[in-house]
Amino acid sequence: MLAVVGTIPDSNFPLVTEEVTLEGSFIKIRDNLVAVNRGTAALLAAAIKTFEFLNQPLPFGYLVGDIGLGQGSRRLYKLLTQELPLRDFHTIAFHYMLPYVNRQNEVLLAVEKMAHRPVLIADAGYMYVAKMSGQASKYDLFTPDIGELAFLADEEAPHPIYTRGFILHKEDKVPELISRAYANNNAARYLLVKGSTDYIANREDILATIDSPMVDAMEPIGGTGDILTGIVAALINSGIDISQAAITAARVNRLAGYYAMPTPATQVIEIIEQIPRALAEIMNTERLFETSPAKKHIEPE
Amino acid sequence: MPLFDFLKEKKSKTNDVMGSEQGILVFENTSEVIRAEGILKANGWDIRVMGPPPEIRSGCDLVIEFPLVEQLRIVRTLREAKIPPLQVVPVNSPLLKPVDLFQVKDFGQYLMVRAANMKVTIDKKSLIIVNISGGGCPDVPYLATQMVGKSLTEAPSPREIGHTICGYTLQLAYEEMRRLCSL
Repeated sequence: MLAVVGTIPDSNFPLVTEEVTLEGSFIKIRDNLVAVNRGTAALLAAAIKTFEFLNQPLPFGYLVGDIGLGQGSRRLYKLLTQELPLRDFHTIAFHYMLPYVNRQNEVLLAVEKMAHRPVLIADAGYMYVAKMSGQASKYDLFTPDIGELAFLADEEAPHPIYTRGFILHKEDKVPELISRAYANNNAARYLLVKGSTDYIANREDILATIDSPMVDAMEPIGGTGDILTGIVAALINSGIDISQAAITAARVNRLAGYYAMPTPATQVIEIIEQIPRALAEIMNTERLFETSPAKKHIEPE
Repeated sequence: MPLFDFLKEKKSKTNDVMGSEQGILVFENTSEVIRAEGILKANGWDIRVMGPPPEIRSGCDLVIEFPLVEQLRIVRTLREAKIPPLQVVPVNSPLLKPVDLFQVKDFGQYLMVRAANMKVTIDKKSLIIVNISGGGCPDVPYLATQMVGKSLTEAPSPREIGHTICGYTLQLAYEEMRRLCSL
């Protein structure tokens, strides 16, 4: 099962741990409805769309309200520390959380006590804290954009805002930034770098680049990175190896964006709705699920 | 009158009148740093928001660098505003400086400004904020819900309602956007 850990931008939203469903443009967790516009709700909506297509179980949410003051995040760190050793998840995607280095370290210790080590994905604030703590290499996948990659590449920066100017956030510098991030042990086992060209890399090499379809308007749309993380998390949880899942997710995300015919004013739910169509096309192209033993039971639409 | 004067000179964000004796003000959270910065700047002090030295970092942190000679008056002002600093520490080594480089992308009808990991996009004709993206702290989705769909002239600023370093970064992008729009 996939666990998704993150926050909801509502200080009154309770700490809830349960399966998450999608109802129209809202996710639902234990009678709480959350509009899908960006953030962890968008990640979950994308993961659910992917799971629905793959006929897989729903994701399990660890959600709490937090508008940046940190109270919700702190409660969630504490709960994870207590509860994870008792749980069994195939994959955990950590997302929008206020970064607390020591609490993140405690959660990693709790993960090590789990009977089966899950695949660990970190994006957004949790990727920041993973890097800040010097524990990046304990994670299996980071999904930075170009600005965040520059932050990973800068061994001195504790947050993207402090990335030094000589480490340029330019698309043509991506391979160099990836190398630098790995050289300083500030990257996860795999990187999925999202940008006008998406890069999938590990410590040894750049494994793939995906640059089509090119939809310029995706960049300003809040939540496109979140849905990419949702798709890749769902694919990994379905048994696909991380690098192949990252390649497929990047293709699906770009194609879903293309089908949505977005402008810079488009909201991310319009792209999420195109995920099944994009998955169908990409799966036909890649014949992904004929080559993956874990997917033999899946019957595409 | 053109709304987007890209050739307009950028205002200096650096402070070149500070003395060599600097200290930092450490606060409970970033929200307090943002409030304190506004109060101190409104009172005319030469201060800068910076990254804390490694020995006092706990996560998503900012501190305020200030001329040590002004310590007494600055701390008194902050006490009166009910946001006294947790610590006042002399600066012994260079501090990390927040980004002051911006990427601007013109989409025709829309304009996007990126500062580090935060992006804000507006409709150039109406000045409506149409999207906010990037960032990883929990106030980013909150800021987006409060700002998207509102005009640059009416939307609350990230400084007013944000609480984290990502919110502070969005403020930088938002200020740059306002500058480009001659607001």
